[in-house]
Amino acid sequence: MSALPLVLTVFVACAVEAIEALTIVLAAGMTRQWRSTFQGMAVALVVLAAIVGVLGPTITLLPLTALRLVVGALLAIFGLQWLRKAILRGAGYKALHDEASAYLREVAAAKAAPEVAKRGVSDWYAFTLAFKGVLLEGLEVVFIVITFGDNQRNLGAAVVGAAIAVVVVTVAGIAVRAPLAKVPENALKFLVGIMLTSFGTFWGAEGAGVTWPGNDAALLVLVPVVALVSLGYATWLRRVHRLSQAAARPQAAFTETEEVTS
Amino acid sequence: MLRALKSFGAFWYDFVIGDDWQVAAIMVAALALTALLVHAAGVNAWWLVPLAAFAALGWSLRRATAGKS
Repeated sequence: MSALPLVLTVFVACAVEAIEALTIVLAAGMTRQWRSTFQGMAVALVVLAAIVGVLGPTITLLPLTALRLVVGALLAIFGLQWLRKAILRGAGYKALHDEASAYLREVAAAKAAPEVAKRGVSDWYAFTLAFKGVLLEGLEVVFIVITFGDNQRNLGAAVVGAAIAVVVVTVAGIAVRAPLAKVPENALKFLVGIMLTSFGTFWGAEGAGVTWPGNDAALLVLVPVVALVSLGYATWLRRVHRLSQAAARPQAAFTETEEVTS
Repeated sequence: MLRALKSFGAFWYDFVIGDDWQVAAIMVAALALTALLVHAAGVNAWWLVPLAAFAALGWSLRRATAGKS
């Protein structure tokens, strides 16, 4: 497989995580204190670098077949979870993830918390909020980079994809100084779910011992097939949801009329 | 320390397994069955894991939306 699909897949997946981290950092920095926020971010980045430094070389020592089986299973499960959520949100069964409202929730919590200095940090709340946000979202980025990079034996390309994503989201965040609410996050998650499920299925089955027809070229068929099946599920659920809401409306109107007349 | 370990474990469980552990169970079972078919029966069952993924997703969506319309 060439490096471009790897870079693009890692880029989109990591961009989604970076947008979520940016929302938390902006909420901490703009309502509390930038200095403590940056300290929290910096410590989280050091912890993440240490995790990559330890996990990266350890994982590359594992035999490729075992690695593909374990990582393929994890990625497929992870990808199906993303797809499930994106389809449920797209069909109207689950509320859309809204970065603007997530930002407002974080801002309200940040404003309510008292300012406490601790361990050389002037605002402990801003520090921990930024630290947790960057560390948790960063761990997801690390998971994606290491699994994709090691499976393709091209960690460099995966790191490039992730780095571009983080830089692009950071620059966009600095430019607009607001959460990136206009990014179609659900569509991105749907796309990432398709890629993770396809790659996970491919590598997992390969790790279990199968030989794919056409070897790596099978991915060129698998990705569109996963996309088509997922779109099919989304269309079916949206239709069911719309029909059931349409059926419920006259019923509600009838009940209201009955209440008025009685 | 124990609380930190617990929340670390909960984070990874939520991150990888998510809302429906049965999807994870189906995928693990499908991979195990594939390995068995390949190594014990000599069947190149490349189709099994994608089929299991589609079935698991459909089943999970059906259960998530049942009675919610």
